[in-house]
Amino acid sequence: MQTIRIANGAGFLGDWLLAPQRLVESAQVDYLTIEHLAELTMSILARQREKDPGAGYAEDFIEILRSLTPALHAQPGLKIIANSGGVNPQACARAAAKLLVAANLPEVAVGCVTGDDLLPRIESLMHEGELRNLDTGEPLSSLLAATPGRASSGTQPSPAPSPQLPAPIVAANAYLGARPIADALAAGARIVITGRVADASLTVGPAMHEFDWRWDDWDRLAAASVAGHLIECGAQVTGGYSTHWQTADLADVGYPIAELSSNGTAVITKPPGSGGTVSRRTVVEQLVYEIGDPRHYLTPDVDCDFTAVEVAVISPDRVQVTGATGRAAPDQLKVSLAYRDGWMASGTLLVYGPDCREKAAACGAIIFRRCELAGYELARTNVELLGHGAGVPGAFFHRKYQPPGELVLRVTAHDPRREAVECFVRQFAPLITSGPAGLAGYASGRPQVRPVFAYWPALVSKSLVQPRVEVRSAKEWLP
Amino acid sequence: MTGKTVRVRDLASARSGDKGNHANIGVVAADEDAYAILVSRLTSVRVRAFFQELGVTRVERFELPKVLALNFVLYDALGGGASRSLRIDTQGKLLATALLDLTFHVDTWQD
Repeated sequence: MQTIRIANGAGFLGDWLLAPQRLVESAQVDYLTIEHLAELTMSILARQREKDPGAGYAEDFIEILRSLTPALHAQPGLKIIANSGGVNPQACARAAAKLLVAANLPEVAVGCVTGDDLLPRIESLMHEGELRNLDTGEPLSSLLAATPGRASSGTQPSPAPSPQLPAPIVAANAYLGARPIADALAAGARIVITGRVADASLTVGPAMHEFDWRWDDWDRLAAASVAGHLIECGAQVTGGYSTHWQTADLADVGYPIAELSSNGTAVITKPPGSGGTVSRRTVVEQLVYEIGDPRHYLTPDVDCDFTAVEVAVISPDRVQVTGATGRAAPDQLKVSLAYRDGWMASGTLLVYGPDCREKAAACGAIIFRRCELAGYELARTNVELLGHGAGVPGAFFHRKYQPPGELVLRVTAHDPRREAVECFVRQFAPLITSGPAGLAGYASGRPQVRPVFAYWPALVSKSLVQPRVEVRSAKEWLP
Repeated sequence: MTGKTVRVRDLASARSGDKGNHANIGVVAADEDAYAILVSRLTSVRVRAFFQELGVTRVERFELPKVLALNFVLYDALGGGASRSLRIDTQGKLLATALLDLTFHVDTWQD
């Protein structure tokens, strides 16, 4: 039986930058995965690409790679698989290659996986009836018909889209599976950079490359997918985000390692001497994290049954995971699609005093009234009293509480018109002199107005998506 | 028969997250006895009532008996989802912590 050690050093774009280096320098691993793409990260990266055609990938990855160059020198077997390519994997591969050449690693083979980006053919896919909303079944054309004002309300200086391109859509990416990753590894890649790949597939790819598994061995694919799902969110399986947070030293939390065996058994663990903890609870909490029906955890590789999974603690910080079963992968791929949906801003003020609840409510009303006086009725608004149960509206009042002597007022507005939201953010400062006494916390300045990208989960036929793999040495990636 | 009021917190840990405009809460029982109580008492109806003010349209409950866990899917719980929500908790990260404070009366818990 063969066993490989696959680690995860980031669970989202913005995760702890030192984690990957601390991981690979304190534990011997074969593969380090970096997961940088949450549902809406693609739209943020797409907006960066609009402003700069060379941008649109997770620049954190280049910082991470810089921190890993000593390990790449010292551990010739270490391989890295990252979906940090975002909407521009080739630019990410070139940036990585430049860094590798500068770090005296010009022969390192860098693989780049593309083919997930559906934006260039969105119109033809729409006409073929693809990309219906996963939740509502609505065709994509209904979105475009319903949002005539949205394209024109966005005043950003994006490169003019072709007249046929539905302008409100900023990103549309199919979730690719493990196969192009395994192909890149088979072609000799030591670093594989992808765009939108399913999180679990970052782990399944190396498993398929290393083991003599068939692409229709559904139980094995399910086993690797479970291991990938467990480590994909970084420290969430090693003590982070735990109800029992007190028991783990989280400052130097160890990021996770899945020891995956060719018989389909996985052991979840973390580097020796690191903080955090791996227990039945941390593993099972993560097993059920962000899932729907546990009998059908769908990836591009396999339809997994999580209810068959068994978990056993075999020694401190080592939890064995077995039993996953799988069925044939779905014929369709999930697509993450984002479209422009106006502008939003939130402002906060500290409201102090025994009457802080009433004062905060009054401040919210004053803000909206002054927007009206300026000619703007805001489309969507919300007033929250933080410190008074706003975190989960309604649920707070199931417990006893003391009325607060201070709270944070948070007011949010969303409108198709940028100028309406610009007007809204100007209404906070005047409250200091023309609102009630007992307000503070304006030092950080006017709230930022940000564009909103709404999410349209969809499906596309697998046969319409062709992943592409390029593998070249670092020096060959450079112009 | 002795009775006792228990909180979910006494029986389980929990974790929540988002999928578009839907949220899920995974509840992990401390042991088999706790799991049995949760299966019988922590129903989808109860969870939906607890989160009524969020505008949840439907709650579905799934059982994972081998790992002593329940998964609740709360449809339309997030006020538009991560990017459109006007709430501070755009991704439902607090829902699990809130659910741990749900209480119910257990008649035979000590038996």
